[in-house]
Amino acid sequence: MSRFFNVARGVAWRSIHNTLVNPAILVPSIVFPLFFLIAFAGGLSRISDVPNFHYPPGYTSFQFVFVFLQSAAFGGVFTGFAIARDFDSGFARRLMLSAPRRSGIIAGYAIGALLRWALTGTVVTIAALIAGMNVYGSASQLFGLLGLGIAMNMVAVLWACGVAMFLRTEQAGALIQMPVFVLLFLAPVYVPITLLEGWIHDVARLNPVTTVLEAGRGLLAGSPVKVALAFAGLLVAGAIMGTFARLGLASAEKAG
Amino acid sequence: MAVDAAAGAASLPRSRQTASLLEQTLAVGRRSVVRTSRQRALLIFPMVFPLILFAINGSALSAATKIPRFPTDNYRDFLIAVPFVQGAMFVSITAGVDLARDIETGFLNRLAMTPLRGEALLVGQLGGALVLGVIQAVVYLLVALATGVTIVSGVGGALVLLILSVLISFGFASLGGLLALRFGTGEAVQGIFPLLFVTLFLSSSSLPRNLIKADWFREVATYNPVSYLLESIRSLVITGWDAQALILGFGFATVLLVVSLAFSQSAMRSRLARR
Repeated sequence: MSRFFNVARGVAWRSIHNTLVNPAILVPSIVFPLFFLIAFAGGLSRISDVPNFHYPPGYTSFQFVFVFLQSAAFGGVFTGFAIARDFDSGFARRLMLSAPRRSGIIAGYAIGALLRWALTGTVVTIAALIAGMNVYGSASQLFGLLGLGIAMNMVAVLWACGVAMFLRTEQAGALIQMPVFVLLFLAPVYVPITLLEGWIHDVARLNPVTTVLEAGRGLLAGSPVKVALAFAGLLVAGAIMGTFARLGLASAEKAG
Repeated sequence: MAVDAAAGAASLPRSRQTASLLEQTLAVGRRSVVRTSRQRALLIFPMVFPLILFAINGSALSAATKIPRFPTDNYRDFLIAVPFVQGAMFVSITAGVDLARDIETGFLNRLAMTPLRGEALLVGQLGGALVLGVIQAVVYLLVALATGVTIVSGVGGALVLLILSVLISFGFASLGGLLALRFGTGEAVQGIFPLLFVTLFLSSSSLPRNLIKADWFREVATYNPVSYLLESIRSLVITGWDAQALILGFGFATVLLVVSLAFSQSAMRSRLARR
């Protein structure tokens, strides 16, 4: 077990070190969620005037939850890009040769993604508070929101890890990113699901991200809804993606 | 091919210099078009991504039409301007990365050994991006019509929309070329892309400026030229013939093109300095 942790710690340290010392990697992962927050909470705040829009903490808080969870998911996606780059550069092959417990590699990248998102999530939260976000939830409810973010980050990084390890090329970037992006935006991003019309309403109703988003918004507003369902969904997704990542690792091992 | 054209141009008499400039431009342009058309991933992603966003946001934000004084009751009519401008921004990256690759591989240095003129190289290099801009504009227009977008200004308006869209694409392509010439690497050009995207976010892309609630955001959108590019295209779709919107749109697109080309020419002269 200690060999597993040693590998995980080494990979995580490298992952976070590379992120922190390389502005080209660090800046986009912080700047993008910030601009989403500015564009959505600032530019679209009039949307809260739409009849039957009801979210007591206000539109900035409504959008913050989406951007917070999106940044969590993209923390995982960006880590997937780094894994693909490691395969392209040949580093991953050397890593697999030297790692006594290779499953520790996945854990290491996952810890790296979490630490990376810890930074982004903190920046986004501070920016939202400066922008006048209202928080009606209690401390325990806010921990619940944080938990949703962590779980979202884990699911995304395991997905990204699996794709990167199966394809082992930087060109996997689009495949890592696009499904996550589309899934996030097919949730009720701008208005509650009750105000969506047409095909987007039907799709959003079936989209599991909708439950997570509604649970997060409920927790921030101090009136929790679907929290258990959201955590259960993320747990199941985590288990599936964890298996997928493990299969990806096996595929990479097989490829040599 | 471009080198052959340049070499051929060297032997032309002085009286044929104008024609030879055109020949050089066409030769470089042909190479650029062929190269762009061979990179299918480059063609598909920049075209499809704005359409995905259009499909999603066109439905997800349709509630916005219920805001009092919203200019249309179909949000897609309002949103269709965005893919045109967003696609043009992608074109800037295609143009910039292609030119940067020529710099990185030393192709531009080899051209510097020929009598090829900088202007021909510059405009020709953007040929592929220009073709991409035309294809995108036609596809976006067809998608708009297929999804029920009504162009109030009619067939003439649709033609003006296409011309304006291509002009905007060429303007952004020139900007991409300028960035490539200044920085010399494709990575640097791609690194600038998020900044371009930000200008789209901080504009009237999602709501009309008069309906933006946050004062600071409305101010930023008002000073952001991208708002006027969007509003000129949008005016043809939902207003009809709005001279002021069109003058501003064509004006800003032309300024972008002329300024980028002027700075690019100067940067190209430095790059092609016979050493």
